[in-house]
Amino acid sequence: MATAAVSTERKNYLNAEYGIRSWLLTTDHKRIALLYLISITFFFFVGGFFALLIRLELLTPAGDLLTADMYNKAFTMHGQIMVFFFLIPSIPAVLGNFLIPMMIGAKDLAFPRINLLSWYIYIIAGGLYLHCLVSGGVDTGWTFYTPYSSLFSNTHVIEAGLSIFIVGFSSILTGLNFVVTVHRMRAPGMTWSRLPLFVWSHYATSIIMLLGTPVIAITLLLVVLERTLNLGIFDPSRGGDPVLFQHLFWFYSHPAVYIMILPSMAVISEIVPCFSRKRVFGYSFIAASSIAIAAIGFLVWAHHMFVAGISLYSALVFSFLSFLVAVPSAVKIFNWTATMYKGSVSFSTPMLYAFGFIGLFTIGGLTGLFLATLGVDVHVHDTYFVIAHFHYVMVGGAVMGYLGGIHFWWPKISGRMYPEAWGRLAALIVFLGFNLTFFPQFIVGYLGMPRRYWQYPPEFQVYNVLSTAGASILAVGYLLPMVYLLWSLRYGKPAPDNPWQATGLEWRTSSPPPTFNFEETPEVTWEAYEYDTMPMPDEVTLER
Amino acid sequence: MSDRAGTGDSPLVLEHEDRPELRHHFADVVQQRNAASLGMWWFLGTEIMFFGGMFCGYLVYRRAYFPDFAAGSRSLNLIAGTLNTAVLICSSLTVALAVRASQLGKRKQLVNLLLATIFFGVCFLAIKGYEWRDEYIHHHVPTFYFDAHDLVRENPNLHLDPQHTKIFFSLYFALTGVHALHMIVGIGIFSVITFMAWRGKFNPEYHTPVEIAGLYWHFVDIVWIYLFPLLYLIDRRPGA
Amino acid sequence: MAEHVDHSIDHSEHIGTSGFYWLIWAILIVATVLTAWISTIDLGVFNTVVALIIATCKASIVVLFFMHVKYTSEKMTKAVLLAAVFWLLLLLVLSLADYSTRYAG
Repeated sequence: MATAAVSTERKNYLNAEYGIRSWLLTTDHKRIALLYLISITFFFFVGGFFALLIRLELLTPAGDLLTADMYNKAFTMHGQIMVFFFLIPSIPAVLGNFLIPMMIGAKDLAFPRINLLSWYIYIIAGGLYLHCLVSGGVDTGWTFYTPYSSLFSNTHVIEAGLSIFIVGFSSILTGLNFVVTVHRMRAPGMTWSRLPLFVWSHYATSIIMLLGTPVIAITLLLVVLERTLNLGIFDPSRGGDPVLFQHLFWFYSHPAVYIMILPSMAVISEIVPCFSRKRVFGYSFIAASSIAIAAIGFLVWAHHMFVAGISLYSALVFSFLSFLVAVPSAVKIFNWTATMYKGSVSFSTPMLYAFGFIGLFTIGGLTGLFLATLGVDVHVHDTYFVIAHFHYVMVGGAVMGYLGGIHFWWPKISGRMYPEAWGRLAALIVFLGFNLTFFPQFIVGYLGMPRRYWQYPPEFQVYNVLSTAGASILAVGYLLPMVYLLWSLRYGKPAPDNPWQATGLEWRTSSPPPTFNFEETPEVTWEAYEYDTMPMPDEVTLER
Repeated sequence: MSDRAGTGDSPLVLEHEDRPELRHHFADVVQQRNAASLGMWWFLGTEIMFFGGMFCGYLVYRRAYFPDFAAGSRSLNLIAGTLNTAVLICSSLTVALAVRASQLGKRKQLVNLLLATIFFGVCFLAIKGYEWRDEYIHHHVPTFYFDAHDLVRENPNLHLDPQHTKIFFSLYFALTGVHALHMIVGIGIFSVITFMAWRGKFNPEYHTPVEIAGLYWHFVDIVWIYLFPLLYLIDRRPGA
Repeated sequence: MAEHVDHSIDHSEHIGTSGFYWLIWAILIVATVLTAWISTIDLGVFNTVVALIIATCKASIVVLFFMHVKYTSEKMTKAVLLAAVFWLLLLLVLSLADYSTRYAG
């Protein structure tokens, strides 16, 4: 915790109260954000462990490390943990919780106790999933497809399904809190058109959380009922329809990927103007594109089902709509790039992550269009091409944004500066490791290597070896921030209120902030991103 | 009142002393009430999607297996279903009157109306329980000695498939079961609200919990308003 | 920014008369009986349509009058309600569109 170097008299949210009870019973959104930070980091490592098993197995064409059943469990739990227990909560529950009230000039979220409840729901769900894991795990694939999950699998499907059902409510409550907060808790003068784009993106994310998550909740509940009561609603031999499950599952799970990417785009929208020292280009277009992504994102789900037996006509419609959803994302990429044009760009750690995001998300997004093309999808569906695509957007996109955001707001959260040289090094290692891991997967997928297979033809081995090598480098890149960020808590230089000279209300209060965020409720009389009136950041701050 | 930003700096401290129910992060009780109301409406929105997933399954299978669904529907107790619909409508009336009583500060009337609401809720569950018991006796509960051959025999022209009929009953019990769970939660919430009302916690300036609990209750009623025709009235024409 | 208005009582809150609520109750009861009765008359495919129309009327009445949506100045309330209903329709319509267009031609 920040102690000696910060003025000992100054009360902030970290030293306001001590003791485990003050943390576990807190209603302070900033403390809850840190509770989430610790929890999701833990699950990131559990999910990463399964990734390690997968990549080790795939070093050789033979299935020699794990049995086939164990391999099925490895990729299933890797996916479920990473999606439901890491990516979906990550930025909203950590950075969103921490920053949104401050960004709008409020003392807390609208429902602080519900905020704490959402963390406890997450913990209970996570505990249940861990119990499932140690009891033997689940092997249905992260997508729980029926009738395998509802009838034939001999693994702990019910426990896994219930735990994801429960964690969905954590997500719903977070979304609920954010939407009501943005509508009802803005400070005087903080109009919608002055809101940071971070808030706009999280607002759009919250709409998806609210309208989408209940559908997967009821779907998993039906699978659990099917399994316990042997109902037959998803069993083809008894008139059930597995494709119905897929419709219901993907109605949420496609928008879920926008839950994972929109918050990351939120972070990029804050980092890019700051380190270009320039007002963001096309504010209203970026804001509108967040809403458009959320809305159109609900209209494309059956592109996961092109070869599942849906009608050709509906496939055509969903293919077209999937092309449409790329447009608002492209708008953001163009606008961020235009923001940098003729700006005063500095290559700080957060900005390096932002660059990485822009490049890698573009590749991931474009390959999404290849997959949306019906004819191409027939060939690459269920191959490593798909895996490469979604890892480019979710890791190259979402995780890079998450790391960039953690670094950007670290001084605000902890009151300390992280060591800049190490930050940049880690960002580069992540970028290189990531590309080495996943680019070969595009190739090997296109060449025909199926996903979820633990054996493969020997001609694919070179790509798999490259991929595993990349994963080792990527792991180093992820471990480094853990080390130096923790180091900075004790030895890092104390952070000023606004080390980056960024706009945004959160930078007008101390680092770390006081419990109620502001000494006095701010009154906003200026527009967002007024970088032309901001001084340049301290050279020393940027280059340390 | 809609969407207005907070009222600025100091009023917080003063309000706090006057209004113990005002939570510290709100500027005034109106902001608090508006936040609670919007929160409850959004929660109801999520509930629409939650039930909606089951409605989707119901619609897909009804379309595919219409005769089986119709036969299953006819086997349901129409009197009980209609009566239950009326019971819930009565409960929505008492809820609306209760909210009104809280707006006017009529404590005794409020408590009585809340108790009446709970009473109607319990009536609903009792009638539902009676129906389920009846369905169990007739072997129409999936998993528990399910046997739809009686329906097959009763509808010889329709050539029913007992497995498709089982899908109807699975969805029937899933839908009414989840609905009943929501009723039970509603009764629990109203019990707490009734206790608070009895203790005099509500007045014309502060009755937000009554309002938002009322919204939840009305929603549960509305779900039933749709379940009734979709489950009980698929095809009750004479000769069907 | 601070107005000199008593923020303790929300004067925009609508308080209905008890007579009016009883009237709504009566309409809903009549509609219920009606819907049960009409189901026993052969209207062909329109049986379902009529049943759903009556159900939607009943639901709308509950929403507008019992849940006070008619009297609220909050645009967000109506927006949330419409959004949720619309989203549900998206799920239902697009899924059924798949099923209805299979084996066509």
